[in-house]
Amino acid sequence: MISVHGLTKSFGRQPVLRELSLEVATGSITVIIGRSGGGKSVFLKHLIGLLRPDAGRILIDGVDITGLRGGALDEIRRRYGVVFQGGALFDSLSCHENVAFPLREKLRLPPDEILKRVEGALGQVGLEGMGAKLPGEISGGMRKRVAIARALVTEPEIVFFDEPTTGLDPVLVNTIHHLILDLHRRLHFTAVMVSHEIPEIFEIADTVAMLHEGRIAEAGPPAAIQASQNRVVQKFIRGEPDNSEER
Amino acid sequence: MPERPLAPTLRPFDAVGGWTIALLDSLGRFGTFFAEALGAVVTPPFKLRAFIDRVDYIGYRSLLIILLTGTFTGMVLGLQIYLTLVRFGSEAFLGPAVALSIIRELGPVLAALMITGRAGSALTAEIGIMRITEQIDALTVMALNPMRYLVAPSILAGLVTFPLLTAIFDVVGIFGGYLVGVKLLGLSPGTYFGEMQTFVDLNDIMTGFWKSLSFGVIVTWVCTYKGFHVGHGAEGVARATTQAVVLSSVLILVWDYFMGSILQ
Repeated sequence: MISVHGLTKSFGRQPVLRELSLEVATGSITVIIGRSGGGKSVFLKHLIGLLRPDAGRILIDGVDITGLRGGALDEIRRRYGVVFQGGALFDSLSCHENVAFPLREKLRLPPDEILKRVEGALGQVGLEGMGAKLPGEISGGMRKRVAIARALVTEPEIVFFDEPTTGLDPVLVNTIHHLILDLHRRLHFTAVMVSHEIPEIFEIADTVAMLHEGRIAEAGPPAAIQASQNRVVQKFIRGEPDNSEER
Repeated sequence: MPERPLAPTLRPFDAVGGWTIALLDSLGRFGTFFAEALGAVVTPPFKLRAFIDRVDYIGYRSLLIILLTGTFTGMVLGLQIYLTLVRFGSEAFLGPAVALSIIRELGPVLAALMITGRAGSALTAEIGIMRITEQIDALTVMALNPMRYLVAPSILAGLVTFPLLTAIFDVVGIFGGYLVGVKLLGLSPGTYFGEMQTFVDLNDIMTGFWKSLSFGVIVTWVCTYKGFHVGHGAEGVARATTQAVVLSSVLILVWDYFMGSILQ
């Protein structure tokens, strides 16, 4: 269970998160939606411990990570897998080496076990035989899939996806979403995903949370969000233009 | 509570105060970064593969530029010193003059400046791109210390490669002086090298060694720091790279003066 209470963050005089609170159930897929520049990625960076809040708490199975540093925070991070917006694959390593990296450096597994796991992970994302290629030699969709394989190869309990389908065509968006759904069913991890993909995310999410002006405007099952009477939520999921912005 | 605007007479003090705080803040971060890097250098696990990669990146790939600049520096020195010494009938001292200039001063400084231009800038750009493409964040969330993977191997490689490249610079520089003094201007080889053995001692060589060692730390420290604290996008990387080269070059010259004063 991930519990966020009163998370507040400002950059200079610009408030980004304002007493944001959210509960993420264990084993669920929670998708955070909201306008670009609305603080979704900032929120995600707090969850993975890359940013520290000005106020508020983030509890991972009851442990407050906002005060943790060094080894204690790393202990929590060992349970994480993260898929970054651009993939964040290491340019100088092949796809195989990228996926093997956390197994070799984080889990320190023996080479034969690493080989077996990497081939399995690349197979799960449909990239058998592509391991020798460098990230610069493959397409954007393939890079996202390698990034997903790298995030999941250590079998993490919690996986964070930061806009995993941004910049991809509709076919690839569906492919990646179904891949995530399929892997979630098999591996049973807790997923927190930041996404703009409306309405596709309603097919894969257990919970959708709308972030607006630094707070969760509404959170609930996809059907409830789609039927929401909240003007902010309705405007966002219908893609209505900004001229009658609600405050 | 809204802040009251400052009286015009107080604004310069406010600006100087703000600037001083910003300077102290960045100096503090610069120092903390070095302390963290040093911690990663001296504590296991050591990343041998990353270290070898950095030795290749900073050292081996700088070899050609060191050979070229070393040779021509020696040739220029040979010519200019000869033209000066010949006025006093002291051209026999060309060998030691070239050797002492290169070993004590020009070798460490010019080699460090050349490596900064070639490898230091590339180091900043590489780490900067890793920062803006979230590769450093990826290491962090894997519970792996980026200092151990990116900074510590670079500083260690600087400690190894700078003295080696300086030694190569010294040798080819002395050879460049030999080409001009002996082959072009007709000085005897025995005079060139014989007088060198008389005047150059271990203390001179150690002076150059300590300088090159400290330059290796300064350049890799500055360049990795600038890469780690890069701004946004391509412009941020470009700015960080320029700052890294300028700051490294200035620090090399400033530190050279202090080292020269200490190691007389």
